[in-house]
Amino acid sequence: MSEPQSNAPLARTPLHGLHVELGAKMVPFAGYDMPVQYPTGILAEHNHTRSGAGLFDVSHMGQVRLDGAEAARALESISTADLQSLAVGRQRYDLFTNDQGGILDDLMVTNAGDHLFVVVNAACKVQDVAHMRRNIGQRCRITELADRALLALQGPGAAAVMARLAPASKEMVFMTGRALDVAGHACFVTRSGYTGEDGFEISVPASGAQALARRLLAEPEVKPVGLGARDSLRLEAGLCLYGHDIDTSTTPVEADLVWAIGKSRRPGGTSKGGFPGAAVIFEQLAKGPKRKRVGVKPEGRAPAREHTELTDSSGRRIGEITSGGFGPTAGGPIAMGYVEAAYAKVGTPVQAVVRGKPQPAHVAPLVFVKTRYYRG
Amino acid sequence: MASVKFTQEHEWIRVEGTTGVVGITNYAQEQLGDVVYVELPDIGRKVMKGQQAAVVESVKAASEIYAPVSGEVTEVNGALADSPGGVNQDAQGNGWFFKIKISSPTELEGLMDEAGYAAFVEGLK
Repeated sequence: MSEPQSNAPLARTPLHGLHVELGAKMVPFAGYDMPVQYPTGILAEHNHTRSGAGLFDVSHMGQVRLDGAEAARALESISTADLQSLAVGRQRYDLFTNDQGGILDDLMVTNAGDHLFVVVNAACKVQDVAHMRRNIGQRCRITELADRALLALQGPGAAAVMARLAPASKEMVFMTGRALDVAGHACFVTRSGYTGEDGFEISVPASGAQALARRLLAEPEVKPVGLGARDSLRLEAGLCLYGHDIDTSTTPVEADLVWAIGKSRRPGGTSKGGFPGAAVIFEQLAKGPKRKRVGVKPEGRAPAREHTELTDSSGRRIGEITSGGFGPTAGGPIAMGYVEAAYAKVGTPVQAVVRGKPQPAHVAPLVFVKTRYYRG
Repeated sequence: MASVKFTQEHEWIRVEGTTGVVGITNYAQEQLGDVVYVELPDIGRKVMKGQQAAVVESVKAASEIYAPVSGEVTEVNGALADSPGGVNQDAQGNGWFFKIKISSPTELEGLMDEAGYAAFVEGLK
């Protein structure tokens, strides 16, 4: 979870004081002083999110709104998703790419009716906003919503909590979003998240964030969950962490994220390409990538962590783990990483070299714990 | 009479005659959080003071455990393989890692006693 550190003072989210009051262990993350865990610990927080409802402060992430009739078309010119066809109230996963087909960031885009609501990664938000201003700033109005916090309420108990505080949330399904009054706060809510569970992300004015968080924590299902469990939850769900599993050196094809390229924008589509690096990406699609992101299941008990080397049975290097650790719900070590394409088939035996010792492992589906998104 | 000594790397060693029982301190397990895996040394392995002898992994990260003194590993706590959480439950008792036949008892003199370690930890807070 550690990120490159600088000497700049750490920023604080509007919930910082609440985290400290709750006894969180605070760590630097993407330039923010963030809760990695609360006194109950990562395992308990992870398990609670899978059984009840976990409340996460993700206010460090970048929230941006794009206004103007051209906004969807403009954003399409620098990203892969089909946004012009995105209906009002629908949300999509999207990728900013560079001219080499590498991934600059992954993002979520919601059609909020009169604007697009965009959420980008904390560590990338400064360059993402600059990238948007430079490339599409003439075609739409770009506003960074620095005065809003972002809360994630995740887990099988989330829907019941939201039904009490925002009854209209019952009408929402996975990957939709709308403006919603939540316990008296004017929020923008999406039914999505980063845990593999049903849940919501709630954009709330910073001035009301702490009050809303306390209101949510007062519900019997809800407990605070830190970044530590957020990482183990997303890993079990097979979701990428930018800067680790995807970056400018990986393409959507290598990362097994071709689904994030809109159907109409793929070869044979009605508006093929039109995003940076499309030619490189389409060539990889046609020829097959040299390497591919896969799930890796160590067969023993030793976790295989980020940068663990993967080899074939003869000891030849075939790839590397990009995220790995212990999956509390999976009940053992789990990982994802990149392997040469010939080794990418599920079930292929590989070796994970942990502290110099090759440990048996095999290629596995990326999703280690069945996701439970609410699709209505 | 057994005495317990501590290192600045948060290991403890309980000296019973010529044998030392080694583990990590309660402070260390609190800092690590939930322990999910422990890698123990092979019996018969000779370790030097300060050399890596074991690994403890929490959900977050892996941490090395160093030999507090030089010697030969004579026994390991196999129970930790099936229930690594024992380190969290009783770090300075049943959660011990390995036993070592101490080769240079004078090395113990450089370690902290309980009061010294408590003061050391206080200084870290």
